[in-house]
Amino acid sequence: MTEWPLWEIFIRGQHGMSHRHVGSLHAPDAEIAINNARDVYTRRNEGVSIWVMKSSDIVASSPDQKGPLFDPAQSKTYRHPTFFEIPEEIGKM
Amino acid sequence: MSAEKFEYLCRLGDSTLIIGQQLGKWCGHAPILEEDIAVANTALDLIGQATMWLDYAGKVEGKGRTADDLAYFRDSRAFRNVLLVEQPNGEFGATLMRQFLFDAWHLPLLEQLQSSTDPEISAIAEKAEKEARYHLRRSASLVKRLGLGTDDSHQRMQEALLALWPFTGELIEADDIDGIAQAEGYGADTVTIAEEACGNWSKTLLQAGLVVSEDVGMRSGGKTGLHSEGFGYILAEMQSLARAMPGAKW
Repeated sequence: MTEWPLWEIFIRGQHGMSHRHVGSLHAPDAEIAINNARDVYTRRNEGVSIWVMKSSDIVASSPDQKGPLFDPAQSKTYRHPTFFEIPEEIGKM
Repeated sequence: MSAEKFEYLCRLGDSTLIIGQQLGKWCGHAPILEEDIAVANTALDLIGQATMWLDYAGKVEGKGRTADDLAYFRDSRAFRNVLLVEQPNGEFGATLMRQFLFDAWHLPLLEQLQSSTDPEISAIAEKAEKEARYHLRRSASLVKRLGLGTDDSHQRMQEALLALWPFTGELIEADDIDGIAQAEGYGADTVTIAEEACGNWSKTLLQAGLVVSEDVGMRSGGKTGLHSEGFGYILAEMQSLARAMPGAKW
C-alpha cells in the first residue's frame, strides 16, 4: 500500500484557549484527516475545534542552530517574565 | 403494553445492535490504525443506541426484560433487524459500502423520530442523530474516495454496491407495523425517510462514480424475523458468552 501522508493535529480544548499540538496521524487528504483526528484524538471529550496540517509543510529550526538562536536570550534576564506575580483571577495566560 | 410498539422498538434496537456487532469484528483488523479506531468508535455508538432502544423496548413490553435479556436471550426468529446489517463484512470496502447504505437511511430515520409523540423515543433519537450524522459524513467520504480512487478500488466498491443494493428496499418499504407506529404518532414518517434516504444514496453514489442496477429484485424479511443463513453465526458469536455464564459481570 502506498503510505498516506502524515498530518499534524491541533486540538482546541475549550473556548478561549489556543489550539495545541496533540500528535499526528495518516490520512489521504485534509477532510479525512479531520475525520480521523476526531476519532483518534477527541473521543474522550477533549476538543471543540480541530486543525490539521501536512507534516511536510512544517518548517522547523535546525538543532545545529540552537546556540545562535537561543543562547543570547539566556543572559538577558530583564526580558524574562519571572518578576511578575500573576493574580489568581487572570487564570491561564 | 403495545405489541406493535415493542416490535417497532426491537427493529430500531436490533438493526443498530447487529451492525454494531458486525463492525466490532474489525477491531484490531482494519487496514490502517486510524480506520480501526474509527470503525470501533462507530460500533460503540451503535451498540450504545441499541442499548437505549432495547432498554425501552423491554419497558414497553412490561415483562421485566432488560436490553441485555433481549440482546442475548432471543433466538434468530425473534430478531427484527433489517437484512442489510447482517450481510457479511467482506473486505473493508464492502463494510464501508454497507455502512454508507445504512447511515444514509439511519440519519433521516432519526431526524424523523425526533418528532415522535413519545418523549422517550424522541429523546433517544435526538441523542443518536448527532452520532449518525457523523457516521454518514465519514462513510460517504470514504465511499467517494474509493469509488474515484484506482481502477481496483472502483471495481471493488462497484461490486460491493451491486451485492448490497438489493437489501436497501427493506429499509424504505413500510409495512403494517411502520404504518401503525406512524398513525399513532410515535413512529417516523416513512415517506419522508424514503425520499431522503434515496436522495442521500444517489447523491454520494453519483459523486463516487458508482451505479446501481434499476431492475434488481429487492430482498426483505428481517423486519419480520426471517433472516439469512449466516445470521445464526452472528448471534452465536454475540450470545455464547452470556448464555454460557448467565449474569456474568465485568
